[in-house]
Amino acid sequence: MMRETQHHRNMRPMAVDLSPAPGEKRILLEHLGVQGIRRISVYESKGGYNALKKILEKKLSPDQVIEAVKGSGIRGRGGAGFPTGLKWNFVPKDQSKPHYLLCNADESEPGTFKDRVILEHLPHMMIEGMIIGAYAVQAKKSYVYIRGEYTYATKIVEEAIKEAYRAGYLGKNILGSGFDHDMFVHRGAGAYICGEETGLISSLEGKKGWPKLKPPFPAVEGYLKCPTVVNNVETLAAVPWIINNGDKAYSGIGTEKSTGTKLWSVSGDVVRQGVFEVECGASFQTLLEDCCRGMKDGRKLKAVIPGGSSAPILTAAEAMDMTLDYESIASKGSMLGSGGMIILDETRDLVQVLKNLSEFYHDESCGQCTPCREGTGWLMKILHSFTEKQARPIDLELLKTTSNNMIGRTICVLADSIAMPVLSYIEKFPEEFDRYLSESSGQSSLSEKLQAKELL
Amino acid sequence: MANSAVPEQKPDRETPKFSNEAKKKFDELLTRYDSKRSALLPVLHLAQDEFGSLSDSVVEYVAELMDLSPAQVTEVVSFYHMYHRHPVGQHHLQFCMTLSCWMAGSHQLYKNTCSRLGIKPGEVTPDGKFSVAKVECLGSCGSAPIVQVNEAYYENLNPEKLNRLINSCKEGEPQTP
Repeated sequence: MMRETQHHRNMRPMAVDLSPAPGEKRILLEHLGVQGIRRISVYESKGGYNALKKILEKKLSPDQVIEAVKGSGIRGRGGAGFPTGLKWNFVPKDQSKPHYLLCNADESEPGTFKDRVILEHLPHMMIEGMIIGAYAVQAKKSYVYIRGEYTYATKIVEEAIKEAYRAGYLGKNILGSGFDHDMFVHRGAGAYICGEETGLISSLEGKKGWPKLKPPFPAVEGYLKCPTVVNNVETLAAVPWIINNGDKAYSGIGTEKSTGTKLWSVSGDVVRQGVFEVECGASFQTLLEDCCRGMKDGRKLKAVIPGGSSAPILTAAEAMDMTLDYESIASKGSMLGSGGMIILDETRDLVQVLKNLSEFYHDESCGQCTPCREGTGWLMKILHSFTEKQARPIDLELLKTTSNNMIGRTICVLADSIAMPVLSYIEKFPEEFDRYLSESSGQSSLSEKLQAKELL
Repeated sequence: MANSAVPEQKPDRETPKFSNEAKKKFDELLTRYDSKRSALLPVLHLAQDEFGSLSDSVVEYVAELMDLSPAQVTEVVSFYHMYHRHPVGQHHLQFCMTLSCWMAGSHQLYKNTCSRLGIKPGEVTPDGKFSVAKVECLGSCGSAPIVQVNEAYYENLNPEKLNRLINSCKEGEPQTP
């Protein structure tokens, strides 16, 4: 549902090289290069919808499906890393209220573009995963919440859903099982906060994307106050593989606590940017040297943002010492997050980088909680005073106290998502701030400039 | 007797109304959800496509259709970046300014474009053809920098490619450069 303008015919898949790279272990992306894989017939020829058939024809119970997903150990791939099987298990078993499954395709964490690859090329893998998930939690309706800007992906997913209806995988009495399920696309309209699961629910309810306090968790009281599961695109797309190959096969890949593979979106100062599927627990060097062919123009690595811009920054030494799993990255004080990795070389000015990110979070704060609405603005203004060379020595402390007064004091984690990075940049790269301080006049005329909108 | 008739009340603006095709689409959208209000975002997309922007009169029309107050609709319209209260140009150039695009030079592309076209965000060129906006991460970090023009993404840009894209828009045949 989009008005077609003269630009319609220029809509196309993401312009990056998606051919397999050395160092990858492709499970989800195994058939990515197959011509026409976004069509149902080609997807079926590669074993597509076999997982759904297996469940419905062998009459596996919803609980058996949940057990398999639990056994696989897969954790949510959107950012929080919560075990998917556990999330499904929280949904009440009774049907006193309708249940819903929501696929979070609002991909908007800066540095992240991996769901787009699934949406644009492998929509049926996600749809099959959604139908299986819906069966597991006994949801009669599901929605794919796609960010409004992803117009091409929306078109592809809408076509794929139509194909799935025609093939009898959606609608009434799916494959003669008695299970009914309807699936719809719901387009967002440009708001980062709608990627937060309760913000997404508010948005789907036709409201501002304001997050809600938890508990109650969506599994108990979500969309329209009914039990609701919200899963990321990549998580759902992994479900058919788990059902086809068994939970043990999946948990046999990766590490004990980070099973399976992870899609990494890599951008920044590397030779080859792109989306790479790597076994959890692989070394950072695998991704940097093998997949991305190393640093661009032979420059040195300065810093890594490992899991989307909300992830605290890592020094080159920390990155070189980490493996690509939840625990290792957490042990360095950051997080795997969405797997949106941004590589920064020795020429990058990290105060400027942080200032850029502070603008993003200030713009995207939903405004509901004071520490976030005001705090993101303060952080941005103080960082502007650095880059305008008007910072006072006390401003470094002000950045820290402002951040500390934001963390953990809001309904959702958007405030933490800039406050924690701010603290990490100051802790790990103090010399970057010192350089600006030594060049600063200490005479701030910032407020006048901001009022004149010269800086914004 | 003096004619004391009250001057005929003229509406200060046309009341918008969906075309039959849009009305059909509207009815279909409502069937997708278990609550009417849930259809608000797609209905606003539909209204914006139909009327060009979400002006006060369009907001009032949508509010009436959705059994909501104009205030309830306005707060949603103002919350989301993709809804416009005022018409945008025939080619609405949206520059991603977030980190990976910024590292790839998106600010310079944006500045060049504003000066080439002589407009700032919120303005439309006198011929109605172009408008510009700064937007946040569009999910094209690996193919940065990017400009979204209406529904299409133009990726891996540089100043020359962007100039070619704008030239092709001017000529009425937008081409991927």
